[in-house]
Amino acid sequence: MNDMTLMEKTVDTQKIKIAAKDVNVYYGDSHAIKDVNVEIEDKTVTAFIGPSGCGKSTFLRCLNRMNDTIDICKVKGDILLDGEDIYDKRVDPVQLRAKVGMVFQKPNPFPKSIYDNVAYGPRIHGLAKNKAELDEIVEKSLRRGAIWDEVKDRLDAPGTGLSGGQQQRLCIARAVATEPEVLLMDEPCSALDPIATAQVEELIDELRSRYSVVIVTHSMQQAARVSQKTAFFHLGNLVEFGLTGQIFTNPEDPRTESYITGRIG
Amino acid sequence: MPTIWLVALLLALAAAGFYWGRARALSTAGGDAKDLHSLPSYYGYHVALTSFVPAIGVLAVWLLAQPLFIENRVSGMIPAEAVPENSTLGLVMSDVRRVAEGLDLAVEQGLLTRAEARDLSSGSQDVRALLGEVGVALGNDVRPEVLTAAQAFRNLSNTGKTAMSVVVALLALSGFAWAYSKTHKDFRARNVVERGIMALLILAASLAILTTVGIVLSMLFETKNFFGLHSWTDFFFGSTWAPNFRGDSELSILPLLWGTLYISFIALLVAVPVGLFAAIYLSEYASNTVRSFAKPLLEILAGIPTIVYGLFALLMVGPALAGVFAKGGLLGVEWMAGATSVLTAGLVMGIMLIPFVSSLSDDIINAVPQAMRDGSLGLGATKSETVRQVVMPAALPGIVGAVLLAASRAIGETMIVVMGAGAIAKFSANPLESMTTITTRIVSQLTGDTDFASPETLVAFALGLTLFVLTLGLNVLALYIVRKYREQYE
Repeated sequence: MNDMTLMEKTVDTQKIKIAAKDVNVYYGDSHAIKDVNVEIEDKTVTAFIGPSGCGKSTFLRCLNRMNDTIDICKVKGDILLDGEDIYDKRVDPVQLRAKVGMVFQKPNPFPKSIYDNVAYGPRIHGLAKNKAELDEIVEKSLRRGAIWDEVKDRLDAPGTGLSGGQQQRLCIARAVATEPEVLLMDEPCSALDPIATAQVEELIDELRSRYSVVIVTHSMQQAARVSQKTAFFHLGNLVEFGLTGQIFTNPEDPRTESYITGRIG
Repeated sequence: MPTIWLVALLLALAAAGFYWGRARALSTAGGDAKDLHSLPSYYGYHVALTSFVPAIGVLAVWLLAQPLFIENRVSGMIPAEAVPENSTLGLVMSDVRRVAEGLDLAVEQGLLTRAEARDLSSGSQDVRALLGEVGVALGNDVRPEVLTAAQAFRNLSNTGKTAMSVVVALLALSGFAWAYSKTHKDFRARNVVERGIMALLILAASLAILTTVGIVLSMLFETKNFFGLHSWTDFFFGSTWAPNFRGDSELSILPLLWGTLYISFIALLVAVPVGLFAAIYLSEYASNTVRSFAKPLLEILAGIPTIVYGLFALLMVGPALAGVFAKGGLLGVEWMAGATSVLTAGLVMGIMLIPFVSSLSDDIINAVPQAMRDGSLGLGATKSETVRQVVMPAALPGIVGAVLLAASRAIGETMIVVMGAGAIAKFSANPLESMTTITTRIVSQLTGDTDFASPETLVAFALGLTLFVLTLGLNVLALYIVRKYREQYE
């Protein structure tokens, strides 16, 4: 896609899915995220870009409270999912993570069969009443992960035996199997070759019809290709947030422009 | 010349070789180290190693081979009729060695001159009294054959020693000369030293392997002797362990094997759950602060000598169990006769194995990639669900390996069993009864006054070999399982 089509990208305004207000994150003494305000829309792909160590992954992990597993990490400020504070004491982080799914940088299928990988979430959360229903969920999720045709004949084979790109799509299928509302992706293509990357990007575009997708990426081309909105992080600050076309063609902040044109990074 | 001097000489030569080799290399390069193929010290090492290693190797082999050779030659000199009725050639030879040793001492203390010692004959002097003076007491008078043999023995070993010194010194000097003459600025000393170091490492590895082979072979031969004296069907299929010295012992391994396996089973029943849960807590739940002091604390348990665990079994656990199950105990039953029982030994051995299981499992659990846990937590699983369904299956092969290693330690454990389990060999399913194991029987068959020609003693080797095969099998199985499934999650 070139810049001309970027400008013409149609963006319907959707309802706000996640709203972050004055979020600050500390790792021990270091201040990793500084006063970040961002609104993530439903049924939209939002890309977080920025140089390494700028806090984009950290911020992403705040959205499903994965940072809770790190002892020294402290999160301040409000993050609202559908208007409810996810850091409220009444919220169970375990339930939250079923609603806000996550796909990681390196494909991480469990050392189980393909079927069991996808069935893992539904089994834990009791989403299927019987085997037939579970089979249905697994098939539906694998279809949504655009990998059904490749694996339907070998659901009993180990998930670790697939190729890198297939593994990542399996992980996406595994994440959508719990019927999440938001899908967080932390550099999902960084360990993949260009063909697998193209397949995953295509999949992300399809996923947009059902979920709100947030993707962290190092590749600006990827952000331009798959996202409707883009947030640029620099040194823990959210520098600029807006329509992807806007950010890539006419950035307001000089830092954004420098990053996009390759002067800082 | 004593051997120690020879070694000192070799070391001195090596040190000199190092400096001269280094200096010669530098001088061929006109004093500029940059023109050398290798760093100057490599030339030094080359000369030092070439003069030292072959010489010391020959010295070691010579020292091992010479006594065997002399023994062979001298024992051939003793005619068969010179061996008394109730004695053996081996006993006569030990007399010969003692007389030779006594003559050496006498010469050293100035009681005899070298010539006198060589020409001494039993008719001219009371050799027994003479040797008594230098502190070598003999059981009976020295017979002429023995004296002649002893003189031949001395003669041969003196010649051998001289020859050895000469050969070793010559070898060292020629090595030195050869390496020194090769030292030149284009000589690739670095590569040669590299090969020398590799040879040294191979030598160390093969020594370890050869020792193992030697131990196994010696057990094999003694076991063969045992089966020549005792029927193998009784050993493997009999039902009673009752050694006596009247010659009609029943020596069956089965009751001992039963005791061994029963005690090990109880030990694993204690150690595996506790150790595994401790490992899971430490690696998955504990904060860094807790982990940093709990883990070393747990590993202290592994450093306690087993004899201390034995004391603990004898003085604390045994009486405590007796206080519950024995006559007049808390339960008012009489299930236990004394403080020693399978349960006592099993419990204490289990405690001993906890750190073993936990530290091995901890390493294995930590080796499961964090990405696995993230993936599971990211799907909304709790920590315990993650551990149960993702971490454990991924770590299971390693944990099975750890348990099998713990089992082979339990089977080979001795002290705790000696002090905690008693000494009665029997088949019983009651864990409150005394039983005994293979290891403790090996100890009791070999300690005290033993005759190495009776089946009651030799059975120890058969027991040892069985134990070896058993633990080796477990270790091989453990390694196989670990290897086969190790890379599953990678």
